[in-house]
Amino acid sequence: MTQLALVIDLNVCVGCHACVTSCKEWNTSGQAGPMSDFNPYGADPTGTFFNRVQTFEVGEFPNTETVHFPKSCLHCEEPPCVPVCPTGASYKRKEDGIVLVDYDKCIGCKYCSWACPYGAREIDEQQKVMKKCTLCVDRIYDSTLPERDRKPSCVLACPTSARLFGDVHDPESEVSQAIRESGGYPLMPEWGTQPANHYLPRRKTKLRIHEDELVRADNPLKVDGKLPKPAKAEPSLDDVTSW
Amino acid sequence: MSAVNPSVQEVKKTTCYMCACRCGIRVHLVDGQVRYIDGNPDHPLNQGVICAKGSSGIMKQYSPARLTKPLLRKPGSERGAGEFEAISWEQAFSILSERLAKIRATDPKQFALFTGRDQMQALTGLFARQFGTPNYAAHGGFCSVNMAAGMIYTIGGSFWEFGGPDLDRAKLFVMIGTAEDHHSNPMKIALSKFKRNGGRFVSINPVRTGYSAIADEWVPIRPGTDGALLLAIIHEIIAQGLYDRDFLVRYTNAGQLVNLDAKSDEFGMFLRTEVPEEEGCFDPQNKLWWDRASNKPVITHTEGCDPFLLGEFKLSDGTPVKPSFQLLQERVQDYTPEWAEGLTGIPAATIKRLAYEMGVTARDQKIELPIAWTDSWGKEHDTVTGNPVAFHAMRGLAAHSNGFHTIRALAILMSLLGTIDRPGGFRHKAPFPRPIPPCAKTPNTPLAVKPNSPLDGMALGWPAEPDDLFVDEAGKPVRIDKAFSWEYPLSVHGLMHNVITNAWRGDPYRIDTLLIFMANMAWNSTMNTVEVRKMLNDRDENGEYRIPFIAVCDAFQSEMTAFADLVLPDTTYLERHDVMSMLDRPISEFDGPVDSVRIPVLPPTGECKPFQEVLIELGTRLKLPVFVNKDGTRKYRDYPDFITNYETEPGSGIGFLAGWRGKGGEKFMRGEPNPRQWEMYAANNCVYHHALPRSYQYMRNWNKGYLEWSQRSRITRYAEPILIHLYSEVLQKFRLAAQGKGITRKPPEHLKQRIETWFDPLPFYAEPLEVQATDTHKYPLAAVTQRPMAMYHSWDSQNAWLRQIHTHNYLFVNGRTARLAGIDDGDWIWVESQWGKVRCMARHSEAVEPGTVWTWNAIGKAAGAWNLTPDANESKLGFLLNHVISEELPSPLAGEGQGERGNRISNSDPITGQAAWYDVRVRISKVSPGDTAVTSPQFEALKPYPGQEERRSLWNFFAGRRT
Amino acid sequence: MHPAFSVIFLTTLIGVGQGLFLALFTVESYAAFDLLPPQAGRFYALGSMLALGFLVAGLIASFFHLGHPERAWRSAAKWRTSWLSREVIVLPAFMGVVFLYGAAHFTGFNPALATLPSGVPVNVTAILGVAGTVLAFALFVCTGMIYACLRFLQEWHTPLTVINYTLLGGASGFVLATALAALSAPEVAGFYGGWAMILTLLALVGRAASLLRNARLRPKSTLRTAIGVKHPRIAQKAQGAMGGSFNTREFFHGRTAAFLRQVKWLFLLLAFILPLGLLAGGAATGSAALLLAAFVVQYSGLLAERWFFFAQANHPQNLYYQAVS
Repeated sequence: MTQLALVIDLNVCVGCHACVTSCKEWNTSGQAGPMSDFNPYGADPTGTFFNRVQTFEVGEFPNTETVHFPKSCLHCEEPPCVPVCPTGASYKRKEDGIVLVDYDKCIGCKYCSWACPYGAREIDEQQKVMKKCTLCVDRIYDSTLPERDRKPSCVLACPTSARLFGDVHDPESEVSQAIRESGGYPLMPEWGTQPANHYLPRRKTKLRIHEDELVRADNPLKVDGKLPKPAKAEPSLDDVTSW
Repeated sequence: MSAVNPSVQEVKKTTCYMCACRCGIRVHLVDGQVRYIDGNPDHPLNQGVICAKGSSGIMKQYSPARLTKPLLRKPGSERGAGEFEAISWEQAFSILSERLAKIRATDPKQFALFTGRDQMQALTGLFARQFGTPNYAAHGGFCSVNMAAGMIYTIGGSFWEFGGPDLDRAKLFVMIGTAEDHHSNPMKIALSKFKRNGGRFVSINPVRTGYSAIADEWVPIRPGTDGALLLAIIHEIIAQGLYDRDFLVRYTNAGQLVNLDAKSDEFGMFLRTEVPEEEGCFDPQNKLWWDRASNKPVITHTEGCDPFLLGEFKLSDGTPVKPSFQLLQERVQDYTPEWAEGLTGIPAATIKRLAYEMGVTARDQKIELPIAWTDSWGKEHDTVTGNPVAFHAMRGLAAHSNGFHTIRALAILMSLLGTIDRPGGFRHKAPFPRPIPPCAKTPNTPLAVKPNSPLDGMALGWPAEPDDLFVDEAGKPVRIDKAFSWEYPLSVHGLMHNVITNAWRGDPYRIDTLLIFMANMAWNSTMNTVEVRKMLNDRDENGEYRIPFIAVCDAFQSEMTAFADLVLPDTTYLERHDVMSMLDRPISEFDGPVDSVRIPVLPPTGECKPFQEVLIELGTRLKLPVFVNKDGTRKYRDYPDFITNYETEPGSGIGFLAGWRGKGGEKFMRGEPNPRQWEMYAANNCVYHHALPRSYQYMRNWNKGYLEWSQRSRITRYAEPILIHLYSEVLQKFRLAAQGKGITRKPPEHLKQRIETWFDPLPFYAEPLEVQATDTHKYPLAAVTQRPMAMYHSWDSQNAWLRQIHTHNYLFVNGRTARLAGIDDGDWIWVESQWGKVRCMARHSEAVEPGTVWTWNAIGKAAGAWNLTPDANESKLGFLLNHVISEELPSPLAGEGQGERGNRISNSDPITGQAAWYDVRVRISKVSPGDTAVTSPQFEALKPYPGQEERRSLWNFFAGRRT
Repeated sequence: MHPAFSVIFLTTLIGVGQGLFLALFTVESYAAFDLLPPQAGRFYALGSMLALGFLVAGLIASFFHLGHPERAWRSAAKWRTSWLSREVIVLPAFMGVVFLYGAAHFTGFNPALATLPSGVPVNVTAILGVAGTVLAFALFVCTGMIYACLRFLQEWHTPLTVINYTLLGGASGFVLATALAALSAPEVAGFYGGWAMILTLLALVGRAASLLRNARLRPKSTLRTAIGVKHPRIAQKAQGAMGGSFNTREFFHGRTAAFLRQVKWLFLLLAFILPLGLLAGGAATGSAALLLAAFVVQYSGLLAERWFFFAQANHPQNLYYQAVS
């Protein structure tokens, strides 16, 4: 059974928001669209987005990490938002595990959003139906698109390729390998929702310089005769031992 | 669900312009509306990716801030009030051409053309030169000219368009200072690959955001002290012998002997032999080494010789000499890590460790590529070697008044490590490397400005010595911005940030017409914003405007357009032709020259007209020579026609575009015009990429094959090697002039000391000028800005999607600093410098060093500007730091900038005129209780202009459905 | 959570309707076993119509919660998994039974269908009454479980939620029944008054228990688990939007902690303390006005209680929406 998902590599995410607006531009004119914007040119502009990049500071100066954190629907394997939906508008597809909303069935009761611990769902205040990341379901199977383009818009946009896309049930997939090899983890594991999306943690490359690496036979200072030498007048053992 | 996307009818390729990065894009259209913009996977620059701005192009195209009609200020209304009436293009052209014709016939310098972050400086520069005015520049002077000048005067190339870090091969990458938008997507692509390949990324920055966030190590530093850090690292690299001696000997002037006879006019200059010298802007190979084997001076690069880099020697005539490397070593002797710790706030142990990491990585992780090449002295090399330590820096180093020397220090450090144009280090991009300095020169006399004649020389150039300065007999500036004068001799990008103040004051003279293209000089692109806005609207004693006529061309209603007498509506990037030309700032890759074009995907909105067409029309009406035939008739139908057929000189074969030249498109770089050139670009992703043979891709400063190719392709005039200037004779020549030596021009008395101090042939550390002029007990904190990656300067507040991400801004303050000042997270505070103050909100942060406060650049807007509602967050909660930054500093020197504000000099680097944005010092305090919760200062709200679309309060954008 | 008035009215109004019906059928049952004097059909009919009125009002209120009320019929589809769907089925069923119960009493169509061994006749209203009672309790369970089943809303995820919905609905229904009886069936007013006080006291105990429980809750989710970074000091700086979003509007009450505390004391006073006093006063004086006042005061207290119920629930998604910059 296939479970499509995103794996987001926090190790390389620079927080550029490319995934945020590429998602918006694809989806506002796609099956999920339009995605309305209120006060687009006024006070407190607010609109429907399926994906946001947040920023957190970890630790205290000077040991601070700035973590950019993209967040969208995690397509849980046990999605708490699906069983609570009274109409069946919220559903998880058997064939690929994508959690979707049938906008024609949705009554806009928002109950599914209450049932999501991640805040991944947003009601479209104009159309009054619940919307969320679809993993660009209207792209990824579109045979009119070249193979390369059959990926979620955010994945294609991401300049640091921090967003990997694939089947997390296929152990040989790029995403499964990344999770396995780079310490991929789910969000809020305490709720047993088993998010399909995973995050890869920061990984640090350190360099250790051994003291003896600074001492080298081919030190260029030697060539110019400038390696520090004791002055000839400085006392030496040679001066005082006679046996 | 089988999802199809049947409605997209057309996909057109062009080049993005949501920032200056110039990625290839595909624009998907539905019923003539933009449905989707994605990265072009076949484009060498962005390889299919796109950023937040690029993905929001739709909202730029359909923004209500767009100007759609030429506008004339209503009679009787004040500048700045933004009251206009719509006029026709014919009216606009006749107003402008009549005025400009009069100016050109009398005194062409009364016309000034300054442009913002545009990408057509080759054309705007050509127009200005043809007009005959010296008063032309783009935004470089207030952007990163220190980066360009500091590195080009040292290694013959620089970061961004000119070169960059080779992260594909680097093992250690050090990024210093703010560099988020230069380069944007290519840097992100490279950083990610670099990290995934296990590279180590160190970020040195007062603030940890953006790219620094993913650094393996963040080294917080106090703003403006980067020079101290770099000099201390150089100190340590030399003290430990961690430099690449072979590289220094052969490829830099490290071994060249410097004349140290203090009485000589040649003091501080390299000793030269009596080799016949060809005139030119290159460095002739006539200097001397002190050979270690024979213990005698020899001509550099003599086969079989190896010079001393350290030591002191005496020539047979008794002249004391030292290799320049010896002078460098002496210079950094006292710049110890312990000394730097006190200035930078970085522990000495960390500085040493950084130096060792750099030195040991460079030395022990050498790359050898099996690429044979021949150097300029004829020596054949079987391999190209690289020392995999790469650096990147941009505005964070540049935007300080001590930035030039800081950047020289960086370039020298990169050279000591042997990383220039080598794998894993710094790599050039065509047309660089160029001679040090490049050949282009401005005129050096006011006589070059003549009525009804083109300017006799370039408006911007690369001075190599005092005689190249653009000054009059008395040493006074010829240009309105005082560029290339003794005040800022190497101001190679001009000083746009002083144009309005100078013109207003009439110092050096008054001008008549100021034409501004897409620069927001009444807001975020100017310092001292409140006063500059007054100057724009100020009248003289006769009631005439001090700047009599202001024309502004822009696609959007900005704060600046409100001050225009005439507004010309530009198109968006999706509606026009453009060229990213080899004559300008192309998008070359490490492996060879690349240029690209924009091809319109949509018709112009309303009456919008591309600025290029405006220039060609004006040029034709004014009968500027290149735009008309001999008989004075129109030569070019339009801009595309101009691009196809223009040659720099008749028959030169050099034009704006390098690709598909020659009658059938069979030539590149040089060749006769090809009538189908645009089509060929269109059929090839709008980009021309010439990959050089591998043997020409490295060591290009000294690569015989490459240099000869470059010369044959007319990229460079000479094929001489471009030795790295560890020691800068160019600077020494200015210093000698200040010391009264030699036969060159001499600086005016009051600038002698300034020139002597700053034109030091070796880098040194001095506090920024503003800090020297500040009571730092009163104003203890450095205030800087950072670039949000989802916004480009002030451009995107009119963008419905991007503005939701950055609707207003806070001042970030280190938590400890804030608590000491009694400021809670989210409090309203005053930020005050000696020049002005702003009220804003504070946000505690642990990702900023305690002596620094910062905010996002250009989020704050004037009320009503960019066609936002007057109560929009940008104006009520957002703020501009520019209000606390002055464009001028009080000058301790007599005779400068005499005027109503006393003795003033530009708040700029004294060498390059780089605007010192990041030097300001401030203090912060909580506002008094009950103080209004609105940012200060506030300005009267602008009203929408005629022809602007109404602002929606709800937008359900769905391409193809015209909602 | 952001307290939505549609849901506050829905849950409190139907609670009154359920409680009132239970009160009516309690008296009828007692009367059947001769434990209370029998009442005229008119009393039950009137009471049922009143209960139905509350139920209808609640239903109408619920429609204001929906983005697409015209599609509300679809919401019966997922009764196997969704408590909301179950509520959507049970509520109209219950309303129908209440209507039939009232109609049977009103028309006097109440033939005995069977007789218990004890000789007590099982007539139509008894059958309807039992069905209504079952449905009323089912509805309490459904309504309570809508909230109690959301396991990461820890303030709600407890049996106390269902118990309290039941007790609070029951109490308010019995208080209203007391007032109604004082006006139209004085001989059972005392009975009702007694049970109203007992139920109000029990509801107070239940609600106090949930307040105590919730005061000691430790959130299971923290920023550490929310973003997966193991560090005790994590602070949000930006949430990706500055002008607000669905996430900032739907899941935050937007009031201060002090305001919340005030509401808590207010509802304890209005829903429990004052009604107890008024009920006692009403019982002592037989004043219908006092009893009616007891209901009005208690109902307004329940509105505050329900507001507090939502406001106090801290959704884990709020971890992601703490700061902008």
